[in-house]
This record gives sequence, C-alpha cells and structure tokens, in this order.
Amino acid sequence: MPPNAPDGSPSPAPDGTLSPSSDDAALRASRRRLATDSIGIGISAVGFGFAFGLAARAAGFSPLEAMAMSVIAFAGSAQFAAVGYVASGLAWPAIILLTALLNARHLLYSAALSPWLREVPLARRAGMAHLLTDEAFALSISHFRRLGRADERGYWIGAIGSTFIPWNLATLAGVLLGARIPEPARFGIDVIFPAAMIGLAVGLVTGRRELVAAIVGAGIGVAVALAAGPAIGIVAGGILGPAVGLLVPRSMARETAPLGTPASAEHYAMPGTHVESPSDRRES
Amino acid sequence: MSTNLVLLAILMFAVTYPSRALGLLAPGFDRLPRIAFDYLQLVGPAVLAALAAVSVMVVVGADDIPSFHVGIEWVAVFVCLAIVARRGNLLLGVLAAVAIVVIARAAGLAAIPV
Repeated sequence: MPPNAPDGSPSPAPDGTLSPSSDDAALRASRRRLATDSIGIGISAVGFGFAFGLAARAAGFSPLEAMAMSVIAFAGSAQFAAVGYVASGLAWPAIILLTALLNARHLLYSAALSPWLREVPLARRAGMAHLLTDEAFALSISHFRRLGRADERGYWIGAIGSTFIPWNLATLAGVLLGARIPEPARFGIDVIFPAAMIGLAVGLVTGRRELVAAIVGAGIGVAVALAAGPAIGIVAGGILGPAVGLLVPRSMARETAPLGTPASAEHYAMPGTHVESPSDRRES
Repeated sequence: MSTNLVLLAILMFAVTYPSRALGLLAPGFDRLPRIAFDYLQLVGPAVLAALAAVSVMVVVGADDIPSFHVGIEWVAVFVCLAIVARRGNLLLGVLAAVAIVVIARAAGLAAIPV
C-alpha cells in the first residue's frame, strides 16, 4: 500500500478497495461536500467560540487565558466545563482529572481513524491529533467513507477550516467584547454555560445507558453539591453517573451511535452527510 | 493581565492530547477492554449533565453554604434541552435560553443574580 504523497493526496482505504488515481472527480466532489459541511460546522463553532469567550470573561478569565484554552487545550466542551470548574473554585487536580475523563472519548475517535491514516508520516499524525475534535472526526470519517479511502488534505481542511480557526477567532471576539458588557447577567450571559452544557449532554445521549448516566450524574451532582459544595458534586456526578449507566444491560441499551463509528459521526455533527461507500454496500 | 490559567490550559492539553493521539500513533490501542470503552462513552453525558444541573440548581451564598435554587434559569435550560432533543440545534437552544432569561429579567419576572 503506497504512502500518502507529500502534498497530502489520498492513499487507499484500509481495505484497499479503490484506486486513488482513477477518481479525481470523486475526490473533488467529496472535498466540495466537505467544504460545504465545514462551513455549516464553522458557523456553529463561531457561535460557541463566541459564547465561550463571553462565559470565560464572565468567570474572570483574561483574554490571554481564554485564548490559551482555545489554542492549547482546544476542546470545546471541556473548555466550557473548565469555566464552570474555575468559577466554582474546583482545585486544579480535580479539573485536570475531569478534563481527562471528559476528553477520553477522543480515544475512540483516534482509534477509529487509525486504520485510515496509518500511512501518514508520524509527525503529521501527531499534528493531526491535536486537531481531532468531535467535528473533525465527523467531517473526516464521512469524507473518507464517501471516497472509500483516506485523504489527508481533506482532514486538514475539515479540522482547521471548520473548527480551529473559527473557534479561536470567535473566542477572541467573545472575550474582548465580554469585557465591555457592564452587567452580563442582564443579557443572560450567565445562562449560556448551563444551557450549552445540557445541550452538549443531550447530543451525547445515544442510548439508554447514556440517558441513565446523565440523569444519575445530574442527580448525584446536585445532591453532593448541596452537601459538600459544587466542586465535589460535579466530580461525584461525573464519575458515579457512568458507573450506574453501565448497570443497564447491553441488551436494553438501545445504543444507536457508538462513539468512534460513522453512526456517531452522523449523530454528532452532520446528519445526513454520511454516504455509503462501495465497501459498505458489499458488507451489508 | 492575568496569566495564571495559561498553565491550567497547558495541563488540560497534557491530559487531552494522549486521548487524541494514542489511537493515531499507537495502532492496536483499540484493543482496550470493552467495558473501558463503554465507561468512557458514558462520561461525557454524566459530566456535562452534572455541570448543568449544579449550575442552575445550586447557589453558594455569602456564608459559603450551598443551597437549592429555583429560578427562571430552570425554564431556560429546559427549553434548550427540549430544542436540542427535538431539533438537534444547539445554537438555537442556547439562543432561546438566553432570550427567555433576558425577557424575564427585563420584565421583572426574575431577579438578576449578583
């Protein structure tokens, strides 16, 4: 199996079903689709990057600190969560632990992309990893499956164009503008954070186990927060909720979109954009 | 300008990057026990739901004692939840939540938190 060319042109699929030299038109069409989808996701990233900037500012983050979160950590929901953790006075080790847990789902994304990208040089894969978000996964796995093979340049287009640039520019705008709002609560800025959190949680519920984990996590979180403080409540809910969710038998879970699969790509960011590849059809 | 939280951002990167990179840089990592993956899949909903619930239901007073809070924020967050569940549009849900809170506070139906 030949490696990707230095310019990032495509390499064959893990199953080696297609000849990359014979379908430039398909590549261009799929990249156009990728670009269109990226614009939609980019608009969403602008909205939430801006909201993150406002929320971070309201929680006392300086512009440099908010930007450091967006550039270095670059993890949307974990960043929103960090704003809440910092505002509630959670100790840093606990913030780090919760961030690790919250972002552990990326293991599944990287494992799912691994067969497609194994021919990409190690250094570039290391760079790709930093940009691996829910959105980048959704865009790239759908693009690869449309093509029936990997396309490194497509990955970069999706990851940078749809998320990294809009998210960071919007964060900067939000944190700078947030400083000019004298009474943020009057404009409802304090509700952005919990609304975004519950919305993101709903987006992750793809079966009964997730539903149970979310409800139990919230219930334990509130109960423990009232007894021991918000910071401890959040940790307790985040750790115990999944444990209770696992008690739901797999046969009753009704999981519709396991993370790391094309179904989750469709569910999380791009409804209707996944197109069956020829190898999918053969498998079915 | 404060820079204390830049270190926190770096530490968050340090615990996030391995999750993103392990699968790409260490093939075979996907052979973790199934239950580990199952647990990881449930962490996101639980943490985010706990954060949302604690944010709107628990307030810490000047005496540093947490207390249960009922307010317009419940309605706003529930409407966001319903919109996301029904329409799958997070941005719309958040905008609706903000609009509800702004209108209620402007109309004097809800107190502005201090």
